[in-house]
Amino acid sequence: MTLGPYASFILTSYLVVTAVVLILIAWIAVDYRRQKLRLRELEASGITRRSGRSAADIR
Amino acid sequence: MTLTDLANPTRFLALTARLLPWLAAATAILLLIGLYQSAVAPDDYQQGATVKIMFIHVPNAWLAMFVWGVMSVAALGTLVWRHPLADVAAKAAAPIGAAFTFLALVTGSLWGRPMWGTYWEWDARLTSVLILFLMYLGVIALWRAVEDPSRAARAAAVLTLVGAINLPIIKFSVDWWNTLHQPASVFRMGGPTLDRAFLIPLLVMAVAFSLLFVTLHLAAMRNEILRRRVRTLQMAQAQTIQASRRSA
Repeated sequence: MTLGPYASFILTSYLVVTAVVLILIAWIAVDYRRQKLRLRELEASGITRRSGRSAADIR
Repeated sequence: MTLTDLANPTRFLALTARLLPWLAAATAILLLIGLYQSAVAPDDYQQGATVKIMFIHVPNAWLAMFVWGVMSVAALGTLVWRHPLADVAAKAAAPIGAAFTFLALVTGSLWGRPMWGTYWEWDARLTSVLILFLMYLGVIALWRAVEDPSRAARAAAVLTLVGAINLPIIKFSVDWWNTLHQPASVFRMGGPTLDRAFLIPLLVMAVAFSLLFVTLHLAAMRNEILRRRVRTLQMAQAQTIQASRRSA
């Protein structure tokens, strides 16, 4: 596969898309962990949901 | 399982926990197939190898509009049925839609430089997509500016529905005005004008990116539901502290 004289434009496009998609995935994964940690901290301090279910129930 | 069952946040969390690994796997497999097909696709007789940018530019451009469409349906859910899961869906979709729009603009610009001789031109298609990107940023800013989620949801829903006017403008901008951007070559009366050698990898990439959106959106919706639970518990904690101070 040869990309010709505009290889830098093609490669940059694919690299930018890859980087942004990876940032989105990482941001969502980090946010999930942060919210679960906050829920656990709150429940550890004695604050519980009305339903009585804990954050540990959430997979 | 009915749609009403899905509208229950706890059931939604349980269902998506089971669904997400399968969706992520399907997305990864389709992306790999699409990337392989894009790599081995022949060069275009006019554009040469730069046609490979199309396989990532077009799916991102389609999703930029599709995600706003999803947000518009969710906005109706917020304003008409006042369902909290509709707010969650709209809020979770906005940053993902903004990312797809940003990618459509950047890859389009990188494709435009070798083909048109310029990174940017204030033509109707490019300008209307830039406006879409700014509207995404506006909706995200609005969600962050208003602390009460239900008030923020109503304001964002109105802005989203007003912004939906831009979708047909983007779609038909290449027909209504004389633009540097080419007219539609896939979804058009009379069928696609693309050769199968380009059309098949493009459609595979489009399905892969759509699955990527569904996966990321469901995951982001789960995060938003958890964030609201954290907020509720924090408010309960604040009330408990206040009550104990009063009694002391």
